[in-house]
Amino acid sequence: MTKVYEKSPAFFETFDRKPGQQHTTHYCPGCGHGTLNKIMADLVAELGIQDQTIYVGPVGCGVFIYYYFEGACASAAHGRASAVATGISRSNPDGIVVSYQGDGDLAAIGTGNAIHAANRGENMIVFFVNNNLYGMTGGQMAPTTLLEQKTSTSPYGRSEINDGYPLRMSEMMAGLEAPTLVARVGVNNPKNIRQAVKVIRKGLEIQRDKKGYVFIEVMSQCPTNWKKDPVEACEWIDDVVCKQYPLGVFKDLTDERQAQRRPRREVEFAAVAKQLGLRGDDDTGLDKMTLPQPEMRFKFAGFGGQGVLSLGLMVAQMATERNMEVTWLPSYGPEMRGGVANSSVVIGENPIGTPVVDVPDVLVALNRPSMDKLSPLVKEDGLIVYNSSLIDQIPADLKGKVCPLPATTLAAEAGTVKAANVVVLGFVARMTGIFTLAELEEFLCETFKKPALQEINLKAVAAGWNAAEAFI
Amino acid sequence: MKKLVKGNEAVVIGALVAGCDAYYGYPITPASEIAHAASEHFLPLGKVFVQAECEVGAINMVFGSASSGLRTLTASSGPGISLKMEGISYLAGAELPCVIVNVQRVGPGLGNIGPEQGDYFQVVKGGGHGDYRNIVLAPASVEETYRMTIQAFDLADRWRTPVFILTDATLGQMMEPIDIRQEKIEKIDKPWALTAEEASNQNLITSIYLDFDDMEAHIEKLHKKYRKITETEASAEVFGDPDPQIVLTGYGITSRLLRSTVDELNARGIRAALIRPKTLWPFPEKIYQETVKESVPVLSVEMSRGQFIEDVRLALPRHKVSWYGRVGGNLPEIETLVARAEQCLKEATND
Ligand code: SF4
Repeated sequence: MTKVYEKSPAFFETFDRKPGQQHTTHYCPGCGHGTLNKIMADLVAELGIQDQTIYVGPVGCGVFIYYYFEGACASAAHGRASAVATGISRSNPDGIVVSYQGDGDLAAIGTGNAIHAANRGENMIVFFVNNNLYGMTGGQMAPTTLLEQKTSTSPYGRSEINDGYPLRMSEMMAGLEAPTLVARVGVNNPKNIRQAVKVIRKGLEIQRDKKGYVFIEVMSQCPTNWKKDPVEACEWIDDVVCKQYPLGVFKDLTDERQAQRRPRREVEFAAVAKQLGLRGDDDTGLDKMTLPQPEMRFKFAGFGGQGVLSLGLMVAQMATERNMEVTWLPSYGPEMRGGVANSSVVIGENPIGTPVVDVPDVLVALNRPSMDKLSPLVKEDGLIVYNSSLIDQIPADLKGKVCPLPATTLAAEAGTVKAANVVVLGFVARMTGIFTLAELEEFLCETFKKPALQEINLKAVAAGWNAAEAFI
Repeated sequence: MKKLVKGNEAVVIGALVAGCDAYYGYPITPASEIAHAASEHFLPLGKVFVQAECEVGAINMVFGSASSGLRTLTASSGPGISLKMEGISYLAGAELPCVIVNVQRVGPGLGNIGPEQGDYFQVVKGGGHGDYRNIVLAPASVEETYRMTIQAFDLADRWRTPVFILTDATLGQMMEPIDIRQEKIEKIDKPWALTAEEASNQNLITSIYLDFDDMEAHIEKLHKKYRKITETEASAEVFGDPDPQIVLTGYGITSRLLRSTVDELNARGIRAALIRPKTLWPFPEKIYQETVKESVPVLSVEMSRGQFIEDVRLALPRHKVSWYGRVGGNLPEIETLVARAEQCLKEATND
């Protein structure tokens, strides 16, 4: 006896992943899923792509496709198969990724993920099985349900007023630039099946050739929830359903599309180090800083745009190169209100506790609001430097050493008011003894590579340094 | 080499050193610098970087990527983590290793972008549906954010489970030096992964077990694993006086404030110590029990209104454990913490 029909080798011989009866599928008699699965398996075998193929199953009647297909499978959360398939496709540039989703899954809860996977042109083929309701959960209305169709959540029939109109996903997908092939097929009669085989074969070939995203909507009959016998259900697709959802190819760029590959590499640490711009040596070879006390707490405050964040950063960066313990914390939220931005820097010889500077050893205030707010908080023997170019009045009874510094004026003389923060840097370094002028200059030359900028900043830092003379 | 970086950048650098292959994420303040740095470094190195259409998309891409055996990272902040929770439950159920960073901001709802620790229950107790746990690491510095990110990938692979790194707006935005060098990475085979080769044809990544007994066995298997994790991975740092009159405790950025508080108390002649959990799940109960002697009062500080303290009380059921915290984006002030600690000590002495 010759065999006229043989199970596709892309299917398991027995469905060992299925508990209970392992020779039959879980689909109801006459269901479109079974026919579609058979077409898919035959074509996977025919194209010889079984080992590369990775299937992603949905939640819905397709949830158990992994029972049948002998291949790597993942089961996704409801609506998320396209996102899961994206992760798998990017991870396996040589893989052929099949995402299998129903209409509740893809056209309702997962529409966003489906459209964006399509729009990125992921290398994947999506089977969108449209039987115009939620099959597995008990025949509820889906976005694809026909007007006036009765389901368990549209017992009076779907109404456009209450429920909107049947959603045509293929037409939407075809409107996107990225997809290579978008088509709607039927599996309800031999003619439609022949056409479906043709389109699906093409879709899988596109995957084999890495030519991008394929969307195939399969009009599928659900005799169980339609409450029709299998023959009636198949006829109803032709007579009624396809009036709303015409079959056809909506977009086909197979011939003009080039293969699109997204190769992936595994790299050694050396490549990472290069990408991060790390130097080979372990430390800068610079001596540790000598601080006037084991831990110094700085607050740099002013208008946003006066460079107080970068001033703090310069101090923190230089301290890092000297192997000190350092924290830099920018202000945000309510602290920023009223135009006051600040950065807090702590430099220590030992591990630092709080990075928040409530009581500064050194306060730099570049504008009046920050001077008013922060100067009373400074430590007894602390240092307050304020920008006397912009601040003409200061709070009474301040503790610590209070130094007016015309930072904006000196910066303008050096070439730009923007360098006020560098003027302050020179001043504070000398007042506290944390950096020498030579160290500051070397740092600025490394930071500002353009000669013109270098010149301005060197002038600015020297101006600050010299201005400190009067206070020492 | 030492590099001054933000906590958020340290995550990405740690991931690169750990051999992370893929990043999927969605922008949100105050976590966005993680996506910025990942986009800058992953693509030129030939790694995967995808800015997903939404948080739900991102976590499900993580599911696909982790299913394929890649070392995979995602990051977000409070509201985004809420959206990811369904996916995280699936990852835990399917036993997929991945690393998830939550840079905590203020909630509930839109809240604000300041620092808070209000996501403790959400992250430490599971968060999504079903009976599962995540390993949760709580760094207290930028350097530790970097180290723990490297460690997180090893833990995730070793235990086949999602690992959280729980930071906050302050730790994410502040800069500190980190010491970047080649590290020893655990290389673990993943024969279960989905690949484009015949060897993986029988592989199935799923969290569904229709049969009740099979499902019960699966949950029991997960919990056997969780018990082993509890026995081996719980960790905490103890700092301060070896024979304390009072013990302070807090995690993450709060523990940095408490470190300064302990220093100040010790300077005032009060013997104080700090217990700082490095793992929030598993919670280092034993370290609490060994460190806190009978009748020593405990001040538990968190930037939330009494979440963390529940675990401290479970660890120390016979001790007096008092709560203090600030919320809304505020950090507790050292002065107040010192006063609170002194008050706790006074009350304990009077009792
Ligand atoms: S419920 Fe409908 S879609 Fe689901 S298996 Fe049965 S016939 Fe097919």
